Amino acid sequence: MRLTTKTFLLVFVALMMAATSLSAQVVGRATKGTFLLKNATIETIANGTVRGDLLIVDGKIANIGMNLTAAGAKEIDCTDKYIYPGFIDAGTNLGLIEVSSVSLTQDARESGEVKPFLEALTAVNPSSVAIPVTRVSGVTTVLAMPEGGLIPGQAALINLVGYSPDEMYAGFKAMRMNFPSSAARGRRDRRSEEDRKKAEEKKFKEITELWEETKLFAKIQRAKATDPSIRQAYNPTLEAMIPVVAGEMPLFIEVDRSDDILAALKWIKKTKVNAVLTGVAEGWRVADSIAAAKVPVITGPVIGLPTRQSDRYDRPYANAGIMAKAGVTVAIRSNDTENVRDLPFHAGFAAAYGMGREAALKAITLIPAQLMGLGDRLGSLEVGKEANLFICDGDPLETKTQIEQVFISGWEIPMNSRHSLLYDEFLERSPGLKN
Amino acid sequence: MFKHSLLLFLLLTVSALVAQVEKGSIHIKNGTVLTVTNGVLENADVVIENGIISRIGKNLRTPAGAKVVDATGQFVMPGIIDAHSHIALDAVNEATNPVTAEVRTGDVLDPLDVGIYRALAGGVTATHAMHGSANAIGGQCETIKLRYGTYNPNDLKMEGAPRTIKFALGENPMRVHGEGGGLMSRTRMGIEHVFRQAFSEARQYLEAQEAYARQKTSDPTAVAPMYDRRLEALGDILKGDIIIHCHSYRADEILMLMNVCKDFGIKRLVFQHVNEGFKVAPELAEFGAGASVFADWWAYKFEVYYSTAYNAAILTRNGVVTSINSDSGDYIRHLFHQAGKTQRYGQLTDNEALRLITLNPAIQLGIEDRVGSLEKGKDGDVAIFSAHPLSVYAIPQMTIVDGVVRFDIKNDNNDQRLDPDPEKIDMMMLNYDEDHRCMEGTGAALFHNH
Repeated sequence: MRLTTKTFLLVFVALMMAATSLSAQVVGRATKGTFLLKNATIETIANGTVRGDLLIVDGKIANIGMNLTAAGAKEIDCTDKYIYPGFIDAGTNLGLIEVSSVSLTQDARESGEVKPFLEALTAVNPSSVAIPVTRVSGVTTVLAMPEGGLIPGQAALINLVGYSPDEMYAGFKAMRMNFPSSAARGRRDRRSEEDRKKAEEKKFKEITELWEETKLFAKIQRAKATDPSIRQAYNPTLEAMIPVVAGEMPLFIEVDRSDDILAALKWIKKTKVNAVLTGVAEGWRVADSIAAAKVPVITGPVIGLPTRQSDRYDRPYANAGIMAKAGVTVAIRSNDTENVRDLPFHAGFAAAYGMGREAALKAITLIPAQLMGLGDRLGSLEVGKEANLFICDGDPLETKTQIEQVFISGWEIPMNSRHSLLYDEFLERSPGLKN
Repeated sequence: MFKHSLLLFLLLTVSALVAQVEKGSIHIKNGTVLTVTNGVLENADVVIENGIISRIGKNLRTPAGAKVVDATGQFVMPGIIDAHSHIALDAVNEATNPVTAEVRTGDVLDPLDVGIYRALAGGVTATHAMHGSANAIGGQCETIKLRYGTYNPNDLKMEGAPRTIKFALGENPMRVHGEGGGLMSRTRMGIEHVFRQAFSEARQYLEAQEAYARQKTSDPTAVAPMYDRRLEALGDILKGDIIIHCHSYRADEILMLMNVCKDFGIKRLVFQHVNEGFKVAPELAEFGAGASVFADWWAYKFEVYYSTAYNAAILTRNGVVTSINSDSGDYIRHLFHQAGKTQRYGQLTDNEALRLITLNPAIQLGIEDRVGSLEKGKDGDVAIFSAHPLSVYAIPQMTIVDGVVRFDIKNDNNDQRLDPDPEKIDMMMLNYDEDHRCMEGTGAALFHNH
């Protein structure tokens, strides 16, 4: 009996030890409060570079200036350090896909072609292991996008802090559309050109019908408001499309091939939707047309292969800069899931290949914020804006730079992730080889 | 008959002469020279004569007939080496059997692949053209130099480079042969057995050959064992003539292959991808196995969910010869940037980071006497950058192979294909898939299935 108790205790201790080591899966708690960041070089993005202090109170930037003081504030010495606004990735699948080859961990791609009623926010997993991995790199805010079909659903902007999707929600949603194309899907696409054109026409017809039906549906809905005798069947598709067709909800149109971009610009002019072009890999071919149409662009990935064998090797790197130089409003996205942390490097490559550092920085901060109507809340370091920012020891577009502390909505983020915790645990493994 | 043989001999001799690769002489002047093995030399010259580095130093004399390149304000480094690539290949996977040691990627080289030029435009001068990861024991691989411009596949081969072979562990061979073919390897147990069975049969084959060699000295009627190309290749691994490069992810399977190799006396072993290498870094260092890793890829399949971008740093600090590879037609174009990520994740020094894409992959391929650093007597394989190559703002300016300029940003013609089909308009496809080829040819090729 005593032996059993002892065994039980041993097992208990062993279990406790196992539990301690399992805690390596958890990155720790965020803290909210008053923070005073002293003696920093502050890259405001909106108002140039200033030297001084930055005060965070109640999740907002309360003050920027010299020799600030605040009672009870946690002071962080930022001598020789820089403060940047949190980077915004305006196109990711973060939170929606955990392991891309394991289908049951994929929540981005619902079946069906037209599904505007789907909300990405619903499926955002706040516990996705990739979220801490992303935010410690200075990317504080991302657009989580649904995928697949003609209308994949609604994308949602999330801050990378919080334990529920609603808590993470950063105040912007957009409908997505994959613009029809007659392009081959890939080398294994065996359809003839004629068949591909037919498929494209079919999709255009589908869109036209969807727009007409939505207008009619909206008309009936309006009439119903004054005449309760009017009955209207439940139709989530048309219901969800009403604000898009009315030009109220932004429509993010995914389009890459130059011919398709031109077709999309024509269609936008005709339908008067509130459009943003996304992807836009071949934007450089038709940059002047995009600029003339005054339709903004979210492009990326920047680090990628040219779209055609015959294209110059650096076209993807140069694309954002060529469009910006032509007068297009350009934001940069990673279009990634687990490596959204590469966003600053996408901007770095765009900067090097013609866009310039200043424009590239704006393309992952203020421009995406403005594109989403959040220019007064996010994207720059200004008094009154949300405290989404980070402290680093150099240029954050450089791989050598260390991101030292991140704040999201004023929360001091634990600077841990699965990646850093595994480093801590295995740099000098214990037990090692000869213990 | 004799006449015919003579003619054939002459023909072969002539074609061998024609196949001799082009070599050049270049004087690179006044750059910041990152030698990798002997520190950083400011305002230094590198002189290449007939494809070989003849001198490195200040204010050197230009050899007669050498091209002069002014590198003032630029950075000169050894040509980048990718220890895991599928560019310049017509086929990647012979996915018909769990063991296909008899096939060779060297037989399907494609010198017309524009991916070669694109890699050159990223400072790469040599790659390991690998078989895919569908089989536990895949085909033999070819170490190639990026001599873009030649139409002769054999010109790409790096003459004298040691032979290598692709092995694969984990999900890919389990999926292709286990789930897809109902064969052993459906599990990691089965994969170990495939190795042990193959090596045991090869050992018997070698013993039979040795017995025959002994026997025939006294017995002219002795019968030779049946020639078998697969067992020949496996036997050469046992003899130490072929370096194993094994696709791997999980720590347990890495340990398993090291145990199998120990049991069969195999010493030349490099793990590819090896995402969980950091967990068994002391064991890898003790064995002397190399690790050729991604800078930061993870979570695209379950066996890489427990990964860390600090992998290269942990392996390096534990004394494992580590390289950063691409396994991608895209990432091969910015390996200098991928190496730079080891400074974000693990704070490696500049030289440690540069070694990951130069000398260390050369060691893993057994070609470190020839390439991987800027030293007198080594091959004239050089990359020149506008800024320090580990900076995100660095742009490759010129790439030189054997003293021949193969990429020059000033002479880039936009369309650099060698064989454009005049009847075909080159249009964009929606999912252009030149990028990821590790599982090509298995019917399971999808984005990010390395």
